[in-house]
Amino acid sequence: MGFREYRIGSIMFGVALATSMVVTIYMPGLDISNTTATATALEKQLTYGKVAGFDYGDPFLHGDDKPIKVILKKDPKTGATIDETVAYVFKPGTSLPSGLVHEHINGAAIQALSVSLGKTDQVSVEAGGVYLVEKSVKDGVETPYIELASVTRGWTIDATLKAADQEILAGSGKVMFIREGCWWCHTLLPEQTHDWQSFGRPPMLGDFNGESPTTFGSDRKAPDLLHVGSRNSSKEWMMMHFFNPRLVQPHSIMPRYDYLWGGVDKKGNNIDLAKWDEEFDAYRDGSRVYPPEVPEYADNSEIRYLIDYVLDLK
Amino acid sequence: MLKYLFAKEEDIPGGSASIFFGFSCIMWFIVGTGIGSFNAAKLAFPDFFTHYYALQFGHMRQVHVHTVIFGWIVGAFAASALYIVPALGNTKLWSEKLGVWNCMAWNVGLMLALSTLWFGMTSGREYSDFMWPIDIYIAFCMVTPLFINIFMSILNRRTQGIYTTNWFFAGSFFMLIIVFLVGNAPEFFHLTGLNEAYMTWWFAHNVLGLLITPVAAAITYYIVPKVTGNPLYSHRVGHLHFWSIVVFYSTPAAHHLMSSPLPEWLKSFASVEGVLILVPAVAYVCNILLTMQGRWSMFVENIEIKYTITGVLLAIPLNMQGGFQQTRAINWYVHGTGWIVAHAHLALLGFSTFAEAAAIYYGLQTMVRRKLYSLSLANFHFWMLLIGFSLYWVSMTIAGLIQGAGKIYEVPYLDIVIAEHPYMIVRWLGGTMVFLGNIVWLYNMYMTVKEGEKLEHGVLPHEVAYVR
Repeated sequence: MGFREYRIGSIMFGVALATSMVVTIYMPGLDISNTTATATALEKQLTYGKVAGFDYGDPFLHGDDKPIKVILKKDPKTGATIDETVAYVFKPGTSLPSGLVHEHINGAAIQALSVSLGKTDQVSVEAGGVYLVEKSVKDGVETPYIELASVTRGWTIDATLKAADQEILAGSGKVMFIREGCWWCHTLLPEQTHDWQSFGRPPMLGDFNGESPTTFGSDRKAPDLLHVGSRNSSKEWMMMHFFNPRLVQPHSIMPRYDYLWGGVDKKGNNIDLAKWDEEFDAYRDGSRVYPPEVPEYADNSEIRYLIDYVLDLK
Repeated sequence: MLKYLFAKEEDIPGGSASIFFGFSCIMWFIVGTGIGSFNAAKLAFPDFFTHYYALQFGHMRQVHVHTVIFGWIVGAFAASALYIVPALGNTKLWSEKLGVWNCMAWNVGLMLALSTLWFGMTSGREYSDFMWPIDIYIAFCMVTPLFINIFMSILNRRTQGIYTTNWFFAGSFFMLIIVFLVGNAPEFFHLTGLNEAYMTWWFAHNVLGLLITPVAAAITYYIVPKVTGNPLYSHRVGHLHFWSIVVFYSTPAAHHLMSSPLPEWLKSFASVEGVLILVPAVAYVCNILLTMQGRWSMFVENIEIKYTITGVLLAIPLNMQGGFQQTRAINWYVHGTGWIVAHAHLALLGFSTFAEAAAIYYGLQTMVRRKLYSLSLANFHFWMLLIGFSLYWVSMTIAGLIQGAGKIYEVPYLDIVIAEHPYMIVRWLGGTMVFLGNIVWLYNMYMTVKEGEKLEHGVLPHEVAYVR
């Protein structure tokens, strides 16, 4: 029978659907894409790298192909003491975030400064590089920009890692945050109408440029974590909490993440979970005075990535 | 079923594809609700099956969501469409063979999709959690063949007009392909930032709004007139429903992100459009309930009508919630709480599951030409579903209101967790009832095919099925 008596209807259907998509995708897309990035967005891009979800560089979500955030107190090249500086080390081959690959992601002013002062026109995946987020004044407005310190200051990757006071693997940690489904319960989105007192400042329009995925979550079964590192900066507390949340919060419903230790502690000894649980049960029932020790995690363990990420959420 | 994969088209009995889909979707429903029940147990008792990487809540939560959406809901849509579309066109399905292959590809694809998701290979985007190669597979190997089969069957119909149900089937599965390809564009083309966040919710909104709600409604547009014998109350109101779905329901994606820093005009626009969702909703519910005029006794006596009308009645609170909870005045209170979880289950486990269960009950009897094996078991299944769902919905709504109060008064979060604990237990009990009811359902349907009383030609199952 065909559609001959439905010709007008079919055309109207196409027009309606297309109009709807223009209004709900094209127009918001134009508006959002014109957003100028904030310094937070630049820092997030350099911390988390290209994608924290499934990607060629890390198909099994092991936290590979991610930059290393380091805290420097001396200049890697000269060795002179400098103000505490955050640098982002991309080893050769590490995929770059959108803002370093596409010129329209961060906004025109940031892009202009990044190229003129930061030399980001010389970025290269093959060679890697050391990046900084700097601020300058452009047209009377203080504007953040990305600086490729390997070119501007001659900071090599090896020297920077050697000079680093602390290595923060928050990029790999965000992968853990996504893979382990932390975001099903913990939002990263303090709401605009409340939440200021307990969870801190809501994110701004430009805070997300170049981040992928944004993962701010929709269902809050647990505290918001956007600024958790400012509320609680204790690595030891995080370690105990991840190993068994009931150790520090008896009523918590959070799952245990003991398997992220990878079965071994920092010294490479196997962790005896059954024994630990037995001791913990005894402690909980009151027949033991002290809780069992939580094993220190290895430097390349997945729990290290995750704790680095959580403490880095300032 | 597998022997038909390589059979000649004319050797495959009519309805094979639909039966294949029908049993697959019941099995996926059991798996999905089983995982759901397991997850709920973990929220009530967090040390239940601890230490295991694969059984951790964060790995299983999205597996539950996608099993019920793609395995049960959309699978049941496919089963329904593959027998309703030809029946309404007074013709055969365009290709049974394509249908059988489609179901095969569906089950294999879903198995692959869910297991990769389970082991952590995710895009990290809610509702579009599958990694993008799987998204492409779903769009081209699962949904497109289904759409082609439906569309070609409608083209080859032997009736003058196209009935309301078939507008929705053709329109919705077409829109599903578009929504899948456009909504996953952030993964295909590496879009980032708020564009990615917004597109995630554009997808999530439209996969529900342009697929699940309208197709579930389309099924009831078929079942109610068919089983009661009443003609549809009004085709014009049906038109109003269809067109307002396309125009209004496709636009309010941003109302899922009311508390995020999206442009304010977008949130206001989405919120207003979100209230306009009530236009198709009210048109639809009135149309179906008015079709029941003079046949209300069937709501008690007939199992398919009992399921369908329960679903339609659940659509009333569903749409009232949906229309208003996204306005700024209400959203700030309920956003991100269990209220929304309850609402999502009202849509999927309430409204659409009841409509689809009716279609599967009716369709399998029609296609195998056998009476239902046991009406008592079907009634048992109905009450397990309804009581289980109600426990879930009420407890999660209360838990959501507690969370909302705790949120606006900025109560320390752990106190909210403690206050919610009893409701988490009730939620788990409700979910478990649904799961157990579904096992009974599978048994009942299997026995219907094996041992149900044969129907004579020219007799519809509902005309004799429940005469005892």
